[in-house]
Amino acid sequence: MSVTTRRTRLAAAALAAITAIGGLAACGNDDDKPAAGEKPAKLVVDTFGEMGYDELVKQYEKDTGIKVELRKTAQLAEYRPKLVRYLATGKGAADVTALEEGILNEFKPNARNWSDLAPLVSDHSKDYLPWKWELGKAPDGRLIGLPTDVGSLAVCYRKDLFQAAGLPTERDQVSALWPDWNGFHQAGLKYKQGSGGKALIDSITAVSNGVMFQGNGDLFYDKEDNIIADTSPAVKNAWDTATSMADISAKAQTWSPEWSGGFKQGTFAATFCPSWMLGIVSDNSGPANKGKWDVASVPGGGGNWGGSWLAVPAQSKYPKEAAKLAEYLTNAKSQVEAFKLKGPLPTNLEALKNDAFTSYTNEYFSNAPTGKIFGESVAKIQPTHLGPKHQAVKENALEPALRAFESGQANKAKAWEQFTKDAKTQGAF
Amino acid sequence: MSLSATTAPPSPAAPPSPDVDARRRRGRLLNRFDVKYSPYFYIAPFFLIFGAFGLYPMVRTAWMSLHDWDMIGDHTFIGFDNYTRLFSDEYFWNALVNTFGIFALSTIPQLLLALFLANLLNRTFLRAKTFFRMAIFMPNVVSVAAVAIVFGMLFQREFGLFNWLLSFVGVDPVDWDGQRWSSWFAISTMVNWRWTGYNTLILLAGMQAIPKDLYEAAAIDGASQWRQFWQITLPMLKPTFIFVVILSTIGGMQLFTEPLLFANGNILGGSQREFQTLAMYMYEMGISNLNTAGYGAAVAWAIFMIIVVVSLFNFLLVRRSAK
Repeated sequence: MSVTTRRTRLAAAALAAITAIGGLAACGNDDDKPAAGEKPAKLVVDTFGEMGYDELVKQYEKDTGIKVELRKTAQLAEYRPKLVRYLATGKGAADVTALEEGILNEFKPNARNWSDLAPLVSDHSKDYLPWKWELGKAPDGRLIGLPTDVGSLAVCYRKDLFQAAGLPTERDQVSALWPDWNGFHQAGLKYKQGSGGKALIDSITAVSNGVMFQGNGDLFYDKEDNIIADTSPAVKNAWDTATSMADISAKAQTWSPEWSGGFKQGTFAATFCPSWMLGIVSDNSGPANKGKWDVASVPGGGGNWGGSWLAVPAQSKYPKEAAKLAEYLTNAKSQVEAFKLKGPLPTNLEALKNDAFTSYTNEYFSNAPTGKIFGESVAKIQPTHLGPKHQAVKENALEPALRAFESGQANKAKAWEQFTKDAKTQGAF
Repeated sequence: MSLSATTAPPSPAAPPSPDVDARRRRGRLLNRFDVKYSPYFYIAPFFLIFGAFGLYPMVRTAWMSLHDWDMIGDHTFIGFDNYTRLFSDEYFWNALVNTFGIFALSTIPQLLLALFLANLLNRTFLRAKTFFRMAIFMPNVVSVAAVAIVFGMLFQREFGLFNWLLSFVGVDPVDWDGQRWSSWFAISTMVNWRWTGYNTLILLAGMQAIPKDLYEAAAIDGASQWRQFWQITLPMLKPTFIFVVILSTIGGMQLFTEPLLFANGNILGGSQREFQTLAMYMYEMGISNLNTAGYGAAVAWAIFMIIVVVSLFNFLLVRRSAK
């Protein structure tokens, strides 16, 4: 008897100890709720890539006396898992959190993780591109995010390589080369001929991105968020256009070493550039290629690839002040400042009309009037409804299938079959 | 029960007092407590840490695997559905085949090479032994990420060193991550490069423990080096070899970083999942996809069970063949 009781007692003690440790780990200091009306000493802002907030935040600190900590993450791929961890554990998230289009959609079905901004800020529903504003809302009507930038499309191309291949080099003439996608393909064939068999574009997935985001209708999901990837005409259109370009593609997977190295080596002469891509192109190409790049318009009119919103997680202790900070960072003046500093394209209607924006030229890209080019293509963007797992279907079903076709691992029919099958599993939610 | 050294000796100058009995009783009690329970406190740190960082995650994972678990949303209890789903999941089996393929390609040549190198380093005539022993361990000190990045560059299609070398013998450039065999080969090369030296050192340590007089006696009897290796070294090395095999099995089944970085960080492991391993599939389901965390947990437990079964199988195999 004594043996069993002693054992039980020991087990109980061990359990208690484990619970105590677990308790220690679990109990942070999230019980110290601020008193009503108390001003926060510090607000934290989480961003990825380069959103150009450094100067704006300093100004905000001066104006309000509230300190702001700007936490930057270089790549979205590192940013997302961290954010998911904050949300899953209910702690650690910044007061103001930048959400990229894909992530935002993924979070919409569980909108309760985010504060409703509508009651916290003034009414801005008329201040932004209407579709951009609408995308910031969850299905339950909650306003999750205030619009920051938009990924308006253009084509970046190498003037020197175009010239060597006997193609025009002036941006207007280059734009005239490809009024539509067929024109783009023809230009690619001409370039191939003139350059001794070299490829015009980096990969066919870049093409599919370009086509998909031109607003030709619902992509992987319909308006009720049913998955329609296998029957959607817009997806089929993107698929057909992309697969037809395999003969002018360098088969360099975006973000791979072949891709980043390709900018310097000139293995391809053009790529699709949402405005945020300009910085990546110039970084990869290096100072030696400064002035060799230029920007032309995208075949078939405008398009939108990427873009972000600012949101306030429900776990923030100062939702009101955080919402005000988000409002400040997305107003017209701030959006123009951010654009001049790092290039994210404004979505605020007033900012898009601002002279400082429309007259802006980019030195690296042969002084291309990027403000004008991107500003014009912004106006042509058609709203596209993206479902909850749009990003997953695009990255884990569509693009692998396109790459399998591009590299010759699967024929067109088999690759399409792979895509439709994967789209169903990747798109389920 | 004997007196323990930790009991305070009674102070000699203490005057006798009425509560001397009580104090003595308390001392005896403390003493008994010390003898019986102190050892538990000595080993407690390990068990507490194991409980917090080993046992708890395992139990929690098991609990998650019985749910339809959304990382940032709802959790619904669904029993063993996640496990039954595993059996009909084509990509799970695909990952299993890939894992075993890469495992076989890396473990078998690696252990044979390690055995050969260890035997070489064990020779008495070798000079600068310490230098060679250190040198052979060097690859293991390098971070996995660095290894994967460097090898990833060597195995590139356009600017890679291996394709450049192949071009001299007239072989067309290989799209290393485009096919099963070539991607498996590339990943196994990284694993082999990194772990051969490690296994060599463990086997060498095992060889050093074999009594020298056995070899001397064999040499007097006229046994050749080769024969000594087969009839003395190998049988005596059996326990070490079993240990090395089990370690390699665990490592091989958990292969993650090399294939992930080889795919430029894409969790699918190639456009047709040619080299997605089980660990990568677990990550894809459990962490990349927010709403299938429960299924990812089931995959994690499946990996655990597979490691147990494969280790047991290897253990039996090695024990029998070395007899």
